[in-house]
Amino acid sequence: MLDIQNLSIRFTRYTFGLKKKEVCIVRSLDLSVSTGQVMAVIGQSGAGKSLLAHALLGILPRNARIEGRVFFKGQPLTPERQSAIRGREIALIPQSVTYLNPLLRVGVQVARAARLSGINQKDVPATVSRAFARYLLQKKVAAWFPFQLSGGMARRVLTATATVGMADLILADEPTSGLDPITAREALGHLRELANTGKAVLLITHDIETALQVADMVTVFCAGTTVEVARADDFKGLGHLRHPYTRALWAALPTNSFIGTMKPIERTSDTGGCPFRLCCNDQDAVCGQSVPELKQAGEGWVRCHHA
Amino acid sequence: MLEARNLAYRYGKQHSWLFNDLDLRITPGEIVGLSGPSGRGKSTLAKLLAGYLPPGRGSVMVDGRPLPESGHCPVQLLFQHPELAVNPRWKAGDILAEAGPPDAALLRDLGIEPSWLARYPHELSGGELQRICLVRALAPRTRYLLCDEMTSMLDALTQASIWRTVLDIARSRELGLLVISHDQALLGKLCHRTVCYFQSDHRSSACFPAAKPSFVRKAFPVRRDSPAARTDTWAPPPPPA
Repeated sequence: MLDIQNLSIRFTRYTFGLKKKEVCIVRSLDLSVSTGQVMAVIGQSGAGKSLLAHALLGILPRNARIEGRVFFKGQPLTPERQSAIRGREIALIPQSVTYLNPLLRVGVQVARAARLSGINQKDVPATVSRAFARYLLQKKVAAWFPFQLSGGMARRVLTATATVGMADLILADEPTSGLDPITAREALGHLRELANTGKAVLLITHDIETALQVADMVTVFCAGTTVEVARADDFKGLGHLRHPYTRALWAALPTNSFIGTMKPIERTSDTGGCPFRLCCNDQDAVCGQSVPELKQAGEGWVRCHHA
Repeated sequence: MLEARNLAYRYGKQHSWLFNDLDLRITPGEIVGLSGPSGRGKSTLAKLLAGYLPPGRGSVMVDGRPLPESGHCPVQLLFQHPELAVNPRWKAGDILAEAGPPDAALLRDLGIEPSWLARYPHELSGGELQRICLVRALAPRTRYLLCDEMTSMLDALTQASIWRTVLDIARSRELGLLVISHDQALLGKLCHRTVCYFQSDHRSSACFPAAKPSFVRKAFPVRRDSPAARTDTWAPPPPPA
């Protein structure tokens, strides 16, 4: 369904006066999602997870430059194709509740999304009320404005907006943050159902445990690049995880030891060599010499000299 | 002591009461967890306690006095969505300076890079912005901190390191903390006690003792007379509905 090879995203920023500087946020990112699959994307905050979703829809700001190859349903994803299919074939569940129009009642917003995704005008009211019922939103909520919603309700409205149509690829950017465990499990369960009917879901999340219940594969991002692709089953214990960052992330979960075994990654090394060596506990001379390639390990992939 | 007495609130007369007769006490140095289903008024309670909304009924007191009308409020709230809590036209440095000059050591502990201070909020990620808000809320005159899903948008490593810093500061300054989260495991690790309001009857109904948090007990040695010692006297959890 979706295949991303060696994607990088750069931003130009004015430093002083008319002087410009280019900042590389995402580099050599690889990811693929196939039909019927839920691919969870976890990793460091600020690693470019949301940027990836925005790059796929072509809604990055104008100072962004994208390189690399992206294929959607076997065809290259060009800017023209992006603007033709976004909302119809690719739908986004945005991360922030600021993506709702503050001046429009939420029922109208969901109906508009349904109409834009190609649903017949006369089927729209029924589709919208089904979507509201599915996410346990009361009927009266449709007449509310976004500022009247609680955080979790706004999140569910955003999810309803993206899933009300017939998109084949759903980019879910943190659909469960701020939801209680039961509602979160139901929202993800619905994404799983959509995948089972032949769609593909890219699930960007921090809530690793809830995501593992529905995901098939997990991609781990760190500092703007893919460091590991693992099966969801590999997260049952530390033994099957291959990259030191993934292991540190797993250990830092509140259900596990809740201890940061690794320094949080704030600075990455641009001077050649592994980008994480400044923060990694297992580094040695090899790590400073070359950037590790993504290599196959069992059923997954890993980018580390020592895996 | 931060105290809510018989608190009740509703958003306008056409809406029903979100909660009724709610009592809550947080003593200095105590960490209280709060959980409950979404959309039942957890964030509203936090806004009432921080003085952003006037209570419908009841009162909020700090050391027996109502919250100050002007000046620095001793109760500071960290919002669920930091992007809505800052001025989008201010740079991060100006946002921080709103609460007085920021503490350099605190910036270092939270991993805030000096280069971030020259950026606008939309140029920072949610996690980076939340840390900026945290430094702003931890101004010297703050005595109670209400964390509304503070780390739900952060990765596990950053979450662990931020909470470690916050717990260190809370211990050294005797801050009282209210932690609102859906993550029971996180509340179990952090809090002296957990309160679960907002059950189906919308009244404060259940209190249960937190699991013995070894991590917290190490950081906060419990004295007989300290508030944390009360954990032992809380009622057992109600049977699941």
